[in-house]
Amino acid sequence: MAEGYGAPTQWQDDLYTLLRSNGVTLFCYVPDGGHRTLIDRSMADPEVISVPLTTEEEGVAMCAGCHLADARGVLLMQSSGVGNCVNMFGLIQGGRFPFVTLVTMRGEFGEMNPWQIPMGRGVQPVVEAMGLHCLRAESPEEVVPTAQAALDMAYRSDQGVAVLLTQKLIGAKPF
Amino acid sequence: MDTDRPLDRRTAVPALVGDPSDLLVVCGLAGAAKDMAHLTGDGDNVYALAGAMGGATAMGLGLALSRPDRQVLVVTGDGELLMNVGTLATVGVMQPPNLSILCVDNGHYGETGYQPTHTQRGVDLEAIARGSAIPVTRSVSSPDEIEPAARLLREGNGPRFILLRVGIEPPPVVRRSLDAAERKTAFRAALRASRPADQASE
Repeated sequence: MAEGYGAPTQWQDDLYTLLRSNGVTLFCYVPDGGHRTLIDRSMADPEVISVPLTTEEEGVAMCAGCHLADARGVLLMQSSGVGNCVNMFGLIQGGRFPFVTLVTMRGEFGEMNPWQIPMGRGVQPVVEAMGLHCLRAESPEEVVPTAQAALDMAYRSDQGVAVLLTQKLIGAKPF
Repeated sequence: MDTDRPLDRRTAVPALVGDPSDLLVVCGLAGAAKDMAHLTGDGDNVYALAGAMGGATAMGLGLALSRPDRQVLVVTGDGELLMNVGTLATVGVMQPPNLSILCVDNGHYGETGYQPTHTQRGVDLEAIARGSAIPVTRSVSSPDEIEPAARLLREGNGPRFILLRVGIEPPPVVRRSLDAAERKTAFRAALRASRPADQASE
């Protein structure tokens, strides 16, 4: 797993195709190795707006603004970014905005950097405390159905959903 | 009256914004939200936050990027903008041609008892906007500067940032809905019902 960390995988391409086929046109991100394919493809896609953020909470508010315009956005971030979003998640819950974020997890399965542990542990309780749903994808074959479930919950039921792309799926970053 | 800040937001904001009916507006919490709710009668083309501090500019950016056919105006305060001032850099990177930002800078956190903000202590938000690659920026501190700034707000082919320096007179008293979901539904319905700008001009 270590030598392949961050290498493009099929599920990442499938995930991009799924997001596009569900009408997602705004990709907001703070860079992360696990999101590399999604970020690169969004930047290369002339039909898509790809936005680098200075902090993840900008992406929460941007996706809400995108919904005001009747378009669909997604926020790509790492687990540490979830901590930067907590108060802004209140906008999603209070406004019943449909919202999907894809979170690449650190600080769990096989983590080798102790600095990643606290927020990695905090992601799910924090997300759920702020009224968003948390769906986990543990294996490549779970990614697309989990993301589709999140999109359906968001855009059919006006829910906020975090899809956790777990460290078991992505692999632990080698040092 | 503060001699350094002779403008009163209750007259300066309406003079600068003019008729807001053709704009899509996102407001930061507290004073800016009250300014615009008062000006528009809590209009359906305004989405005004009452929390989510630091989110107004990003929300306006998401709206502007997704509706390039419409002019989007963010009205916010110095305290709200300072909480996520990095969003100006994101605006500078994206260069939305249809986004204006009006920062009503009274130098204080009015909602919490008028404690001074950083702009009272040497911080210049217009300079930060300029340094964030926003191509058109302007500070407005006196009545004769309002009209040219009002034109800037609606013209140009790039993001614009106007820092409106006002005194500590309170914002207008206004009753507005604080139901974030109800305002969202009303905003979306009004936007759907309005014709695209290219058809409206024919």
